[in-house]
Amino acid sequence: MESIGFVEFWKVIDMREAGLIKNIDLIGDADFIEEADPIKEDFIEEDLVKGADFADFIKETDLIVIGGGPAGLAAAIEARERGVEDIIIIERDQELGGILQQCIHTGFGLKIFKEELTGPEYAGRFIKQLEEKNIQYMLNTMVIDITREKVVTAVNPSEGLLKLKAKAIILAMGCRERTRGALNIPGTRPAGVYTAGTAQRLINIEGYMPGKNVVILGSGDIGLIMARRLTLEGAQVKMVCELMPYPGGLKRNIVQCLEDFNIPLKLSHTVVNIHGNKRLEGVTIARVDENRKPIPGTEEYVECDTLLLSVGLIPENELSSEAGVEIDPLTGGPVVNDSMETSIRGIFACGNVVHVHDLVDNVTEESRIAGRGAAEYILAGLHERKGGLARNQEGLKYIGVTHEKEIQEKGKEIQKNEIKENEIKEGETQENAVWVRPGKGIRYVVPQKILPGHLLNPVDGYSKNEIKLLFRVNNIYSNVRISLMAEGKTVHSVKRLKVAPGEMESMSITKRLMEKIMAEFEHTDTDEERNLNKEKGKKEVILQLEEISI
Amino acid sequence: MLNNNAYIINNHENGVKKFEKKRNITCIICPQGCNLEVWYNENNEVKEIKGYSCKRGLEYGWNESTNPVRMLTTTIQIDGGKLPVVPVKSNKPLPKDLLFECMNVIRKVQLKAPVRAGEVVIKNILNTGVDIVTTRDM
Ligand SMILES: Cc1cc2nc3c(=O)[nH]c(=O)nc-3n(C[C@H](O)[C@H](O)[C@H](O)COP(=O)(O)OP(=O)(O)OC[C@H]3O[C@@H](n4cnc5c(N)ncnc54)[C@H](O)[C@@H]3O)c2cc1C
Ligand code: SF4
Repeated sequence: MESIGFVEFWKVIDMREAGLIKNIDLIGDADFIEEADPIKEDFIEEDLVKGADFADFIKETDLIVIGGGPAGLAAAIEARERGVEDIIIIERDQELGGILQQCIHTGFGLKIFKEELTGPEYAGRFIKQLEEKNIQYMLNTMVIDITREKVVTAVNPSEGLLKLKAKAIILAMGCRERTRGALNIPGTRPAGVYTAGTAQRLINIEGYMPGKNVVILGSGDIGLIMARRLTLEGAQVKMVCELMPYPGGLKRNIVQCLEDFNIPLKLSHTVVNIHGNKRLEGVTIARVDENRKPIPGTEEYVECDTLLLSVGLIPENELSSEAGVEIDPLTGGPVVNDSMETSIRGIFACGNVVHVHDLVDNVTEESRIAGRGAAEYILAGLHERKGGLARNQEGLKYIGVTHEKEIQEKGKEIQKNEIKENEIKEGETQENAVWVRPGKGIRYVVPQKILPGHLLNPVDGYSKNEIKLLFRVNNIYSNVRISLMAEGKTVHSVKRLKVAPGEMESMSITKRLMEKIMAEFEHTDTDEERNLNKEKGKKEVILQLEEISI
Repeated sequence: MLNNNAYIINNHENGVKKFEKKRNITCIICPQGCNLEVWYNENNEVKEIKGYSCKRGLEYGWNESTNPVRMLTTTIQIDGGKLPVVPVKSNKPLPKDLLFECMNVIRKVQLKAPVRAGEVVIKNILNTGVDIVTTRDM
């Protein structure tokens, strides 16, 4: 590391030689090196992590995908298939595939490949496609900052800082596990308390058993899968405690991971204390009441040397929030529209970073939509066009997707109040969006916004046959009707015999249904209602659930 | 031990003691999760399956009670690989009550890198006709 210029340049060469960068053209040239300012090394070290401004752009590209898990892979492949030439995937791990590489069990890909694959096999198929399509990727490289202008700062532990600029970004960082800190379990802090995902990594990647006598807190899928894995490896899994009165994971996993091995599932139970000094010696569990508070007198001591926490996943969104992407408090992920575009135009998101998925096939489907959205955005040249909001006498109006020059001209027209109606309708902005809100019985819905034009009057290449709403209910219900309401009227409904928070549900919005929804907005009956809508400034539909008798 | 939650029920019909055995299993084919009842006759053969809501459930109940099988996935130690272990699976489902025995066989194997995904590392494990194959390159 002689100078900052060299750092940038040699870093790329070294990374390529070390196999960290694949298929990448060397960027930078002799001029670039000569121009560079020599800066002291300690200064560089200090500023690396802060995402300092001094690094020049070493690469301009069309699309940057952050995260090389199934979401990032599928999105990148889709974008390439739709004609995006220059794509870079940035992955902080030493290999592509994300969480799938440690999920060695089967159960992946039934929908997309029509066969039951293991996690590594599923990832392997996408990695192969990626190589065939010559899509570039960087490993061991962690993105530390992104901006609204789509400048991505990344750091590589051995080489330092990288800056890249893209026309569009896809966020595919996945999620992380909730830890003991997030739970507030009192007691000592001995060794032997792991998140289930960490234990999974230890066994399946590093080949190391975390313990022999195990209690698992939380019946999420990772915990269930680990109960079976540990049992097969000779450990004794004493029990799985679940705070809620129903299990968190998929039915299939309850049966094949617990019932198969007679592992008790204690519903409405939690761990209230942790014992042991150096190493975990045991935990105290207790039954909880309907408010999830431990009931005094129900405590029970369970001897164990290992406690696994499988208490939920949180979408990984520090980067997104810092860039100013709007986050939905219900999902913990970005608010997206039906193209998986976030509140910042040109920044898309997919996979577990948006909402926690239990089936990878859903991740792949969603990520293809994001890849397509990004491709359409880039190929339509939207990144160099300015949005079309302009003011006329009636207030803010959308004037279509326009080049900067055109907008100046149109701006004049607007001042003259001469915008034509078709220009207004030409494009779609987030301002025309219909919001989808979760109502009674529904925990969240994704996407949170739909752009009716994507179904009704396609512009700029966006056109769709259907938009799929993915949602979760907030409890276990039998015999329910799930309805989509617009302006207080049911526009669509489906019946379900049984729904559970552990299984994601979906509803399709077709062109016809969209027309029906829009018609409801046109007929807002009373003036009062119309004013109400104006006040809100938003059109919204509500997804809700009601129990029915059959 | 693997689960086999069977109940013996003694029915007294017309004063004659009648032997019946029942087992409950949950159908996992769809989220509905029907509770299936498997009824056995005196010879421990499946007599009848109740509680399913569709044909797929009946089929599942039948297979599950006459010949329960599971896919087995685990890891095998590997020398000279990028990682110390490589993931493997059974290429077909194995009889459920042989899983632990299979694990004992697999545990004794040590591989040498490189291996390709799909390579057979144990042929015909415990004479089941099922092979153990790797699931990734290493
Ligand atoms: C234990 C477990 C069991 C599962 N079982 C099943 C199953 O049986 N069947 C099924 O269909 N699905 C299953 N799933 C679900 C499915 O695997 C996941 O939903 C899916 O892998 C999510 O994909 P993703 O790409 O969004 O996230 P991930 O796979 O987590 O990928 C995110 C990637 O982004 C990288 N990253 C994050 N931040 C940065 C950064 N700042 N810079 C660079 N890179 C970054 C990470 O290193 C990671 O590689 C399971 C999930 C888990 C956890
Ligand atoms: S029996 Fe039919 S309806 Fe019931 S869980 Fe099985 S597949 Fe679903």
